[in-house]
Amino acid sequence: MAQLQITVNGVAYQHEVEPRLLLAQYLRDVLGLTGTNIGCDTSQCGACTVLLDGVAVKSCTVLALQANGSQVTTIEALKTNGNYHPLQQAFWDNHGLQCGFCTSGMILTAVDLLKRNPNPTEEEIRRGIEGNICRCTGYQNIVKAIQAAAAQMR
Amino acid sequence: MATQIIGSTVKRREDPRLITGNGTYTDNMTLPRMAYLTILRSPHAHARIKKIDASKARAMPGVLAVYTGNDLKNGGVNPIPVGWVLPDIKIGPHYPLALDTARYTGDGIAAVVAIDRFTAQDALDLIDVDYEPLPVVVNAEKATQPGAPQLHPEAANNIAFYWKIGGGDVERALAEADGVIKQRLINQRLIPNAIEPRAALADYQPATGQLTLYNTNQNPHIIRLLLALVLGQPEHKLRIASPDVGGGFGSKIYLYADEVIACFASKQLGRPVKWTEERTENYKATIHGRDHVSDVQIAYKKDGTITGLKVKTYANQGAYLSVFAPLVPTFLYGPMLQGPYTIPNVFVEVYGTNTNTTPVDAYRGAGRPEATYLLERMVDLVALELKMDPADVRRKNIIPPFLNGVYQTCMAYAYDSGDYAGNLERALTNAGYVELRKQQAEARKQGKVVGIGISTYTEITGAAPAQVAASLGAAAALVESALVRVFPLGKVQVMTGSHAHGQGHETTFAQIVADQLGLEVEDVEVVHGDTDRIPYGAGTYGSRSQAVGGAAIYVATQRVIEKGKKLAAHMLEAAEADLVFEDGKYSVKGVPSKAVKFTDVALEAYWPRKVPADVELGLEATAVFNPSNFTFPDGTHVAMVEVDPDTGKVTITKYVCVDDVGKVINPMIVEGQIHGGIVQGVGQALWEGAVYDDNGQLLSGSMMDYALPIASYFPKFETSRNETPSPVNPLGAKGAGEAGTVASTAAVANAVMDALKPFGVKHIDMPLTSEKVWRAMNGKL
Amino acid sequence: MIPPRFEYHAATSVMEAVGVLGQHKDAKILAGGHSILPAMKLRLAQPATLVDIGRIKELSRIIADANGTTIGAMTTHAMIAASNDIRQRLPALSKAAELIGDQQVRNRGTIGGSIAHADPAADYPAVLLALGAEMHAIQITGSRTIRASDFFVDLMTTALKSNELLVDVRIPALAPRSGSAYVKFPQPASRFALVGVCACVTLDDKGVCAKASIGITGACASARRATATESALLGKKLDAAIIQAAAAQAASGMDCLSDIHASAEYRAHLVTVMTARAIQAAVARVM
Ligand SMILES: Cc1cc2nc3c(=O)[nH]c(=O)nc-3n(C[C@H](O)[C@H](O)[C@H](O)COP(=O)(O)OP(=O)(O)OC[C@H]3O[C@@H](n4cnc5c(N)ncnc54)[C@H](O)[C@@H]3O)c2cc1C
Ligand code: FES
Ligand code: FES
Repeated sequence: MAQLQITVNGVAYQHEVEPRLLLAQYLRDVLGLTGTNIGCDTSQCGACTVLLDGVAVKSCTVLALQANGSQVTTIEALKTNGNYHPLQQAFWDNHGLQCGFCTSGMILTAVDLLKRNPNPTEEEIRRGIEGNICRCTGYQNIVKAIQAAAAQMR
Repeated sequence: MATQIIGSTVKRREDPRLITGNGTYTDNMTLPRMAYLTILRSPHAHARIKKIDASKARAMPGVLAVYTGNDLKNGGVNPIPVGWVLPDIKIGPHYPLALDTARYTGDGIAAVVAIDRFTAQDALDLIDVDYEPLPVVVNAEKATQPGAPQLHPEAANNIAFYWKIGGGDVERALAEADGVIKQRLINQRLIPNAIEPRAALADYQPATGQLTLYNTNQNPHIIRLLLALVLGQPEHKLRIASPDVGGGFGSKIYLYADEVIACFASKQLGRPVKWTEERTENYKATIHGRDHVSDVQIAYKKDGTITGLKVKTYANQGAYLSVFAPLVPTFLYGPMLQGPYTIPNVFVEVYGTNTNTTPVDAYRGAGRPEATYLLERMVDLVALELKMDPADVRRKNIIPPFLNGVYQTCMAYAYDSGDYAGNLERALTNAGYVELRKQQAEARKQGKVVGIGISTYTEITGAAPAQVAASLGAAAALVESALVRVFPLGKVQVMTGSHAHGQGHETTFAQIVADQLGLEVEDVEVVHGDTDRIPYGAGTYGSRSQAVGGAAIYVATQRVIEKGKKLAAHMLEAAEADLVFEDGKYSVKGVPSKAVKFTDVALEAYWPRKVPADVELGLEATAVFNPSNFTFPDGTHVAMVEVDPDTGKVTITKYVCVDDVGKVINPMIVEGQIHGGIVQGVGQALWEGAVYDDNGQLLSGSMMDYALPIASYFPKFETSRNETPSPVNPLGAKGAGEAGTVASTAAVANAVMDALKPFGVKHIDMPLTSEKVWRAMNGKL
Repeated sequence: MIPPRFEYHAATSVMEAVGVLGQHKDAKILAGGHSILPAMKLRLAQPATLVDIGRIKELSRIIADANGTTIGAMTTHAMIAASNDIRQRLPALSKAAELIGDQQVRNRGTIGGSIAHADPAADYPAVLLALGAEMHAIQITGSRTIRASDFFVDLMTTALKSNELLVDVRIPALAPRSGSAYVKFPQPASRFALVGVCACVTLDDKGVCAKASIGITGACASARRATATESALLGKKLDAAIIQAAAAQAASGMDCLSDIHASAEYRAHLVTVMTARAIQAAVARVM
């Protein structure tokens, strides 16, 4: 067991954890933040994507202890003061989700993408979400949603 | 206003919870004293289980129980039944944990229940099993041959069923044809890959005998029925709740061993037990799709008229027959081989065979993608042989418009309505087909390898007319129920037996009701996925939700309106027959000022002031919709591809489609279904494929090795629709969930073959990987 | 999804890390975790101890000087892909980093982890071989420099000893009139390299090839140079025909891998195609 100090969505936590506890499991099972989903065990699907110190990471491939002292942002914190994040709004407006299981990861990946590239082309968006698999939407409306959010955020 | 809700884009009401991380997926749920279940699966595809020693696992701190197949059997657990019983079918019993023989690598050997996930996982390593490996067969055709390893004593030569259907006289057609093409076509095995793995949380209350199963499932009522049979748990003390489900695509229709074990364990231990599938486990333990080997003969005349089609298919069923498996390569496949064409003579025979592989069942499209792919490839081969434009061969054979009637095929089905020929032309026009052919000719001159593919399809949805289904082997009625309940202040709850896991029912079903009652969509709440809240249901698969589930809601809403009319008549002191209901108001015909609002009627229904005592109060109605026929969506998809001549890599450069899914409730949602369907179908054409080695080990065993489509593999699709309402249900809906998948595989495969025409290549089997295409171009097949 | 149990040490300095590494049997470095954690989740790797070097600041930096570029072992793929210095000086490396996995993987995975792991389909090894990189490794008793050509030994096997920590990678500056390029043919599921080729060419003032080095990854058990191709380029003006002819030899003598994604024959073919493309692109970059 080891000490973990971590700030998740602005709240500081301290827990004794097993070293093998993955960040995704910590968020889901320990903190009850189940908006972060787990869709695979080989780091492909991206459903578990969260922001770790501001950048998108696959939380199933990070030990909770590797995030010791870090700031984590999950989907639960994206809506602020009752307002959806422009990406959340755009996913809703543009039917960027169906079953919703990939959505948290998609949105957080897109947050990272738009931070690095506020004005991406369609191709850059399609490449930017290569680490996120959606089996439902065929991606077209996800791309549209990210384009719409980018325009909104610029 | 009101009448425009159906057919208009309404933003989805399920989204606010899903975009904020508040989805209620099964694995998100935690109950007090919840224990965790893991399952040890066989490392061998076929082996006798000589001995299981679980003593070390049982002794591990935190382990609550370890069960074997015999523990379950002795505890009264029955095999998982097959829900579609064909005549003469041979069913090898499928026990939730193997008794003495493991028949595929997903077969459960033992189950561990422990106080946390980690312990449950670690304990698996402590179970010692002594296996005696047995010979393995993975190929559906080889399994039937003499000397092949036998899986079940019940099924001689591993043939679980032999089935055939036909119309006309195909032998005569073959004999009298100007030409006959013979081709073997392989429709490879696919892994569904709903992004949410399966999960089950069983909660048995010893004090009341009540068992609740939270489960990733597309049809909770059917699961209740099956689970009651398997566990002996009475159905009135069994609740199945499927909360948010992260995609299904068919893979979450069935009762699986895992949830049976979770329920058994919860009953044994008197505490909640949760099981969550891992993805690599999902690849072995959750059903696969397709896996056909077909020998095809197509007969044609010189002018391109197709006169006959004869097909023999080996359909791999895997190690056990999954719940609806026998339906898929039979009634959803065979009779659909006439497709959108006037082919008068068709004969299909199917061997459903057991092999040492994961069971195969309905995966998005289920039978129709197999049929469409087969037929569309053959049509292109006829065009190639006759040096005709593939579009012209289709024009020659396509069924003419039958907007207000049925088209009787040469086999069982009568198509409900459609303008197949018109949709073919629309798609070709939208794609700029003539121009594309010019571009292709130009590109070829420059050494480019470019192809155009067409896929014209019709498929079968809207299951099912119950009596017809029963006569075909259905063990459960596939009708759908709805309960529309109006509350005193005029808000409405709709209980539907359909289940949404991405399809947006909470929105479209609310649209149906709001539209009729003259309410806002926000006034209507749709409840699904809970057997304790919904009278009955058959669930969501086969693109049936609107055509059957939506129709039930429509009928129930009409009944509510009729019921309200009785109350309104008293309120307005008018004769019921003189009332009309429009825009949310009952009014006296010709006296619009004499009116009462629906919401006021709702209040009266619970708080009567004017209604006399002998009138039934309350305002709700149920309906069970049993359609008179199936529905048959259709359309044409056109794809253009470019092949890298050096590497064989295929890039899709254009994709255009026209679909007729019947009357559309919400165009945004239908378009989303088509997009997703196209990508799944193209996945099969170009990348996806489950590959076993000869020992029955799944080589494509994880997402590292099974290539799923990602965003960068696609251009923007140009979709459009042409609505011909189905006469089969009051909404006119046909079904949109699978159309994209049914069509797109063949469109892209045909485009690649078209690209390879200058290389003298007629056919290669999917997936059309870079290597295969490169080999084909270089005569290295 | 659940790794086996292990001991965890978060090292705060290089010496502390090698200290722990030296003391514990079966200890492994944890860098970005994007190779080792997936393996542990499937229980394909079961180290008894993980030494996390993620907090050692000096391991995560890019230093460019007149003679070359030094990249700390903990530098992420994303940092490399985003570095202007690297884009300008070592475009092949920049491209390789940009093509690794996906953004999330690039945000965590490190160059040190990638090359220490030595996946046969990893991208960097081709580049490091072609660019003549040197690896700097340290253990409790001292440090040493290993040339790329000696580093990649076999499938998942490098010259690193189990008690050694890779500290950084040094890539010499390209000679004047040089160009480098990396091209990749990804495996469609994992998007690792089915074949990846890095070419680096130096031309004299007459446009004749004075130096050529070509690194190939993905094709066989470990990355290697295409020496026959290199020799075929030397002393020639690199027109299309020369490049094609030289690239045709790129797979000669290679014992290519065969799996469900590609046969050995197809991999060998891709090696020749990608080699030609890499050389073309490298030549186009010569200024
Ligand atoms: C989904 C996915 C896609 C990927 N796609 C690609 C791709 O396209 N191309 C590609 O090249 N890679 C790819 N990778 C691998 C990725 O680049 C990894 O990040 C990299 O291989 C390992 O780096 P790491 O920092 O994560 O190392 P870790 O996983 O932490 O470590 C890997 C191994 O190296 C050892 N090690 C790490 N650092 C050191 C050190 N400084 N000294 C000594 N030993 C050390 C560890 O002990 C371990 O054995 C992919 C990974 C994933 C999960
Ligand atoms: S769950 Fe993390 S990438 Fe799939
Ligand atoms: S919306 Fe279902 S996986 Fe993306």
